[in-house]
Amino acid sequence: MVQAGSKKSPISKINSKAGISSLIIFVVLLLAWIAGFASRLFAVIRFESIIHEFDPWFNYRATAYMVKHGFYNFLNWFDERAWYPLGRIVGGTVYPGLMLTSGSIHYILHLLHINVHIRDICVFLAPVFSGLTAISTYFLTKELWSAGAGLFAACFIAIVPGYISRSVAGSYDNEGIAIFALQFTYFLWIKSVKTGSVFWAVAASLSYFYMVSAWGGYVFIINLIPLHVFVLLLMGRYSNRLFTSYTTFYILGLIFSMQIPLVGFQPIRTSEHMAAAGVFALMFAVGILRYLQNMMTKSEFKSLVIFGGLASAGVVFLAVVILTYAGYVAPWSGRFYSLWDTGYAKIHIPIIASVSEHQPTTWFSFFFDLHVLVATFPAGLWYVIKNINDERVFVVLYALSAVYFAGVMVRLMLTLTPVVCILSGIAFSGLLELFLREDDVYHNEDSEEEEHSTPSKRLYDKLPKEAKSKLKSGKSVGNVKTPTPQVVGRVQKMKHEQSKESDGIGPNIRSVVTVVILLLLMLFAVHCTWVTSNAYSSPSIVLASYGSDGSRQILDDFREAYFWLSQNTDDDARVMSCFSNSCCIRVGLRLSNSRNGRNRTTLVDNNTWNNSHIALVGKAMSSNETAAYEIMTALDVDYVLVIFGGVIGYSGDDINKFLWMVRIAEGEHPKDIRESDYFTEHGEFRVDSEGSPTLLNCLMYKLSYYRFGELKLDYRTPAGFDRTRNAVIGNKDFQLTYLEEAYTTEHWLVRVYRVKKPDEFNRPRIPVANRVVKSPSFVSKKSTKRKKGFHKE
Amino acid sequence: MAQITTVISKFYNEYQTKTTKKLKVIDAYLFYILLTGIVQFIYCLLVGTFPFNSFLSGFISCVSCFVLGVCLRLQVNPENKTQFYSISPERGFADFIFAHVVLHLVVMNFIG
Repeated sequence: MVQAGSKKSPISKINSKAGISSLIIFVVLLLAWIAGFASRLFAVIRFESIIHEFDPWFNYRATAYMVKHGFYNFLNWFDERAWYPLGRIVGGTVYPGLMLTSGSIHYILHLLHINVHIRDICVFLAPVFSGLTAISTYFLTKELWSAGAGLFAACFIAIVPGYISRSVAGSYDNEGIAIFALQFTYFLWIKSVKTGSVFWAVAASLSYFYMVSAWGGYVFIINLIPLHVFVLLLMGRYSNRLFTSYTTFYILGLIFSMQIPLVGFQPIRTSEHMAAAGVFALMFAVGILRYLQNMMTKSEFKSLVIFGGLASAGVVFLAVVILTYAGYVAPWSGRFYSLWDTGYAKIHIPIIASVSEHQPTTWFSFFFDLHVLVATFPAGLWYVIKNINDERVFVVLYALSAVYFAGVMVRLMLTLTPVVCILSGIAFSGLLELFLREDDVYHNEDSEEEEHSTPSKRLYDKLPKEAKSKLKSGKSVGNVKTPTPQVVGRVQKMKHEQSKESDGIGPNIRSVVTVVILLLLMLFAVHCTWVTSNAYSSPSIVLASYGSDGSRQILDDFREAYFWLSQNTDDDARVMSCFSNSCCIRVGLRLSNSRNGRNRTTLVDNNTWNNSHIALVGKAMSSNETAAYEIMTALDVDYVLVIFGGVIGYSGDDINKFLWMVRIAEGEHPKDIRESDYFTEHGEFRVDSEGSPTLLNCLMYKLSYYRFGELKLDYRTPAGFDRTRNAVIGNKDFQLTYLEEAYTTEHWLVRVYRVKKPDEFNRPRIPVANRVVKSPSFVSKKSTKRKKGFHKE
Repeated sequence: MAQITTVISKFYNEYQTKTTKKLKVIDAYLFYILLTGIVQFIYCLLVGTFPFNSFLSGFISCVSCFVLGVCLRLQVNPENKTQFYSISPERGFADFIFAHVVLHLVVMNFIG
């Protein structure tokens, strides 16, 4: 910090040189990168270098396969372990961008003889890409507003929790690289709109290609950019630059996006992509009209335009409608509808609604993920709208649509975060420009950003900074004695300001505003670090809880259970569990896998491409034991695993998610499963003695609460008291006929049951005393020749 | 109707007189590509689109050639100098070549 300050005092003298400003930009971006990288490493430091959840594990597995067997084998890879007994064609059902990225990094490093294990590349890929995201955000904001705002935005996005949540070390998922691709595509698009150059448009479509290969969110780009163009047309801002950039981008982007196997022919078949095509046609129509307009007089032109315009619009609209009805163009997919009507998913596709990240966002999480940026972002929006031009229209549209989508789904906070960072950067830069207007405005902003971009340092730096801000507030009195170079620099500035009082803002106001802004930014950095360390950096397979004295306790039940599974089950054992948890299974098995070289087959995983399969598992869990046993034999299940939080009060367990299982099962098997059966007469979901009998007898209930009635947790509570739901369970004494308890972890978090084979339960149990031991085999010596009996002497 | 025919004839005359030779060459190229596109479209209507990726790559490469040609024409046209102040005709042509290289690499990959 002090170093940075001392570096700056000579800077202010030679500020005019462009080299210095580019040095500052470089340093700030580098610091932003390092800060962003460092703050994402909490999980690795606290636990170990592992991959966290299910999806990342699957991606990692696919990457490892690709590195081992080559790209073409990867495309044709059929994974028989997932989705037992169906298997899964991996090459055609993933976005390969992520695997290709880390695979090529691995390849390059190995060419240079740096032998890094592919796992380490996967773990650290997201943090590294967050730095690239920061840089592309800087460029984007620079194109939109100014370099200063760009630096702010870059620093914000490096540490903002909304983005960190998807890019901590170890979360090896599509979003990690997709946000970089998103920002970079937008930057290139803005650049091409500004210059009208074909080159930038081609670059934008190449970047779009990368985005398509990385994440399904590319649909956002291919709708937002046409929307931008369309709004510009409505505003009468058509220009030939817009024409060249959009048409080139669209047509190249179209053919690029069809190269990805998963996307295939969708860009010309589905309605999500039709808006872009429509705008493409519209651009051509407008372009031709413009051309004709140049050649003709006004009255002639008018008659042509009215006729031609109406006709072409009608034809395009009719064509789309007819194609949709004829089945050439698929109507909008269910996920898309759920964006417009938040209730849609709940009714029609419970599998999507059941995923917690598809729920509507609460206000709390807006603040949690964005902190002060939530408040400053509308200010930035206002600045932009006030000084509108072609490319700023884009950011306005981006902001509005992203806010809407983020409100609909928690998961889409991710797309909101970058634009919030951009606009807040603009807002802060505008504010500081107003309040620090003088020769060294530029340098001043940067100094704050440098402080800002090192949140981890900042924590330790809190005290001097507060002292400093106090000093500054006392500055109007004029008693400054601390000889820190930075403070000296500021004091000089203040004197300078006092001489320039004529512009109406007094030094008091200036200093107060500056201090307040600094404090806000500091709080933001502290909040970011806190959120990152507490909320987003724990691998979901290890639960951490805090005791009353603030100490951290780690509940390692999941890994305990998985270790047991890997040690005590056969190699080809099949484990059934609720879909939301099998993610954990795979993780755990993989975990112990790395030590034992074993693997288990999971029945259903987090991915949602096969609804009926999931429904079958849901049905097994929600029917009674006998019916469930039939399904389980049909699916060839050996073990059943449930997550139970009643002992420690873990709310994310299977009973709480159980209703979703019921709903999914009901969607596929409406005769056997009815959601209303699982509620009491008053429409409540209760597990105590007033709960509905169907619930109290279903497999999930029995597996969760087996032998729980005997357990007394506390002296104050009765036996069988469920801490998660604060109730004494209703059905205490029951036996399992078709399953037997195989293992329960220390805190009862994971319970594993073995499915009995038919010969184990069909026969009545015989007491030991009555058992007859079979005599050793006696071979008669009689044969056809010797029929006569004889006596042994 | 008569009005429209007079308009068209007037347009033709103006085109002949006002457009420079360079632009006319580009226009001829564009017309040729338009014909190619129409032929492909008729073919797909008559015969069908069986190897769908081949048809698509052919047709899209046609459309994108057209688009790139139009862009080149816009950038080269001296009337639009104010809008493309940073792009010289040579730069426009270089961009055109670059875009074509990228495009045809992808088309070759896609045509199967």
